[in-house]
Amino acid sequence: MLMINSPAELEACRKDILSKRDPKKPCITLCSGSACHATGSEKVARAIELEVKNHGLDVEVDIRRTGCHGFCEKGPIVVIYPEGICYLKVQPEDVCEIISHTFKEKKIVERLLYCDPNTGEKATFEHDIPFYKNQERLVLGLNRKIDPKSFEDYMAVGGYQALSKALFEMTPEEVIGEVKGANLRGRGGAGFPSGLKWEMARNAPGDVKYVIVNCDEGDPGAYMDRSLMEGNPFAVLEGLMIGAYAIGAREGYVYVRQEYPLAVSNLAEAMKQATRHGLLGKNILGSGFDFTVKVHCGAGAFICGEETSLLMSLEGKAGEPNPRPPFPATKGLWGKPTNINNVETWANIPLVINKGAAAFSALGTEVSKGTKIFSLVGKVNNTGLVEVPMGIPLRDIIYKIGGGVPGGKKFKAVQTGGPSGGCIPEALLDIKVDFEELTKAGAMMGSGGMIVMDEDTCMVDISRYFLEFLSDESCGKCTPCREGIRRMLRILTDMTTGKGKEGDLELLEELAETTKGASLCALGKGSPNPVLSTMHYFREEYEAHIVHKRCPSLSCKELINYVIDPEKCKACGSCFRQCPAEAIHGGKKMIHEVIQEKCTKCGTCLEACPARFGAVKKISGEPVPAPLSEAQRTMA
Amino acid sequence: MSEIVLQIDGKKVVAAAGMTILEAAQTVGIAIPTLCHHEKLAPYGACRICTVEAESRGRMNMVAACTYPAEQDLVVTTRSEKVDKIRKVLLEQMLSHAPDSVQLTELAKVYGADKDRFSKESSFCILCGLCVRYCAEVKKKNAIGYIDRGPRREISFVPEVAGKECWDCKECFDLCPTSALQAAYVLTEALAATPTPDDDGCGSGGCGSGGCGCKH
Repeated sequence: MLMINSPAELEACRKDILSKRDPKKPCITLCSGSACHATGSEKVARAIELEVKNHGLDVEVDIRRTGCHGFCEKGPIVVIYPEGICYLKVQPEDVCEIISHTFKEKKIVERLLYCDPNTGEKATFEHDIPFYKNQERLVLGLNRKIDPKSFEDYMAVGGYQALSKALFEMTPEEVIGEVKGANLRGRGGAGFPSGLKWEMARNAPGDVKYVIVNCDEGDPGAYMDRSLMEGNPFAVLEGLMIGAYAIGAREGYVYVRQEYPLAVSNLAEAMKQATRHGLLGKNILGSGFDFTVKVHCGAGAFICGEETSLLMSLEGKAGEPNPRPPFPATKGLWGKPTNINNVETWANIPLVINKGAAAFSALGTEVSKGTKIFSLVGKVNNTGLVEVPMGIPLRDIIYKIGGGVPGGKKFKAVQTGGPSGGCIPEALLDIKVDFEELTKAGAMMGSGGMIVMDEDTCMVDISRYFLEFLSDESCGKCTPCREGIRRMLRILTDMTTGKGKEGDLELLEELAETTKGASLCALGKGSPNPVLSTMHYFREEYEAHIVHKRCPSLSCKELINYVIDPEKCKACGSCFRQCPAEAIHGGKKMIHEVIQEKCTKCGTCLEACPARFGAVKKISGEPVPAPLSEAQRTMA
Repeated sequence: MSEIVLQIDGKKVVAAAGMTILEAAQTVGIAIPTLCHHEKLAPYGACRICTVEAESRGRMNMVAACTYPAEQDLVVTTRSEKVDKIRKVLLEQMLSHAPDSVQLTELAKVYGADKDRFSKESSFCILCGLCVRYCAEVKKKNAIGYIDRGPRREISFVPEVAGKECWDCKECFDLCPTSALQAAYVLTEALAATPTPDDDGCGSGGCGSGGCGCKH
């Protein structure tokens, strides 16, 4: 296809693409994001191609490999259009049936449909599945409609309309005004108003300015940015170009984790195609606006998601933060005014321009507008990416969309905001999710990580886990972060191993205060949050660890013992045979016993003991019963 | 250059544009403690001992005086209960590395820091970075740098550069507030003097401490 040199040519090109597409033509889409890749979507894709060919349907049916649909728990996902029939957990051996049934006989493959675990009710269409039904997928929704490597697909869903509008119908100031009016706040963590940030960069003196996409997503369990970059790189690039135009930049960078190879390759392909059509490079759409992008792969440091560290890393230096002010908006990359936004923020820009500030900000709360993508993981039935309007009750995300806690376990807390976030207990589940409310609850929005925890999760151990993560990822430049995390981690490790002391909680509070108050960057300042929030809501768990050497969730290995109830043991030998440490004292018609000295607390015996006996149990904070004598062990 | 008027500890201070809070305070004789600051070096803001309260447009922040720019109408408090508490804990953390450092001991007296509050650490270094930055910024040799990160961060000489440059310089020795640098350097020097066939850059069988960046 030729270069597109004007808005008229852009629309002509779109018309041409759409004219060749029949919305009624059957199309099989297959989710091919990283998560589905891991569950075998590659093989499924080959099977689909083969089956379609074998059935002689290659002309009648389109096949499209799309980005992440979000419902990663049930991947690989196949959706068949125009009906929108949704098949979950599709494996290569299912494909033959899908093709022959759905296409040839127009029947539904019942067993691949979504089945509600609570009611047993099946859902044929995507929009009937509760996981999707309660979402508002304005940004992520395009993922399932396009092949991320296809310029034509992006054009078909209205791609580059916003860029064209910005370049030809709006001044840079008007673009900034629109973003300000939309009250779009940074999706990467701090929630700073994007329009204000853009304005600062626009007003900063200097001819050379830069725009940067921050795709250095590193929070444990979070992958919104990866899925957006993998699934719809064109939208991120379009947002970036609109930002560049507004700020007065002609060069942009995408800082992306090396650990996201699919994101990197899809982005590279999108850039290649955009360049080929004149939508990157010189004189874009004949507007006189020039723009080029470079991709920089991060080397794997969490701290490089912090904007001043990211800039250091881009400049080829060690990724360590610098004090702000000066802010990157005035003195950023190579000392030039620079605007850095997160992937999701950039992906929202075309939406803001197309819909207009008023329509965009119609959704959300007073202070937080639009939608937010969360990565819902942990002890929840429907793990995946969920996009919801700001202000939705936290409970709805976990129960209506997430389907609640699996295995009949009790919900305990949800951790939001990544390692600098906090844990929110059951009592606060009705809070409305927006920047302010989450912060008020002692957590934060962060980039959108949401880890659900059930009754088996020890809150002391969770805060230890996050501090261990931060200890590995702190750059070590400033004292309060480096030393504070080191000390806090030591105290928490002691607590989880039964070495907690009186006064530890007060000491933790003091260290937290110093680290929070004096650290150089947001990583350090936020590092005590996991400790403070769990101490606030679950203080009794900390006290149990310190005073009674007891882990109430029966999770901290050093504080628990496995014991066999002599009344319930039927001497079946199941635990005896499976114990990898040979720590079970067994014998025919002999009540079994755990040899505590040998036990590695792996939990195999608990799983091995047949449920109808339920003889093995975990105890904590109470003495292990004295071993039985041979006579006592002998069963009648 | 335009003038900036701010308030430090209740005093009206007139500062030049580009000055930091620390420099502005010094012009009126208000002392703010520092460890990683050196007038020949670019502000770094690592030790955080110069943390002060700074109120701007109704918002109070804890900031490092050595890096935060003097702003119009900024209200700075260099000593408060909060500031003192932070400095005390920071000193106690640094004293766990260098309990005999004269500079730290002096400051400990002012802020009531207990040098034995935390268990002792094996490294004397408080990572103020004076040696690293002096070598890079003033001497432009980069004979010493950081290795690793977080709590495992340490300073290390680059043997190839140090072997050539350091003998006649050693200017960083006097900068070190804990004398950890000197110890590390002397160790490297001693080991580098006895090369063996299986030399991996720092001497026979490695330096044994990781202090020189070899594989021990």
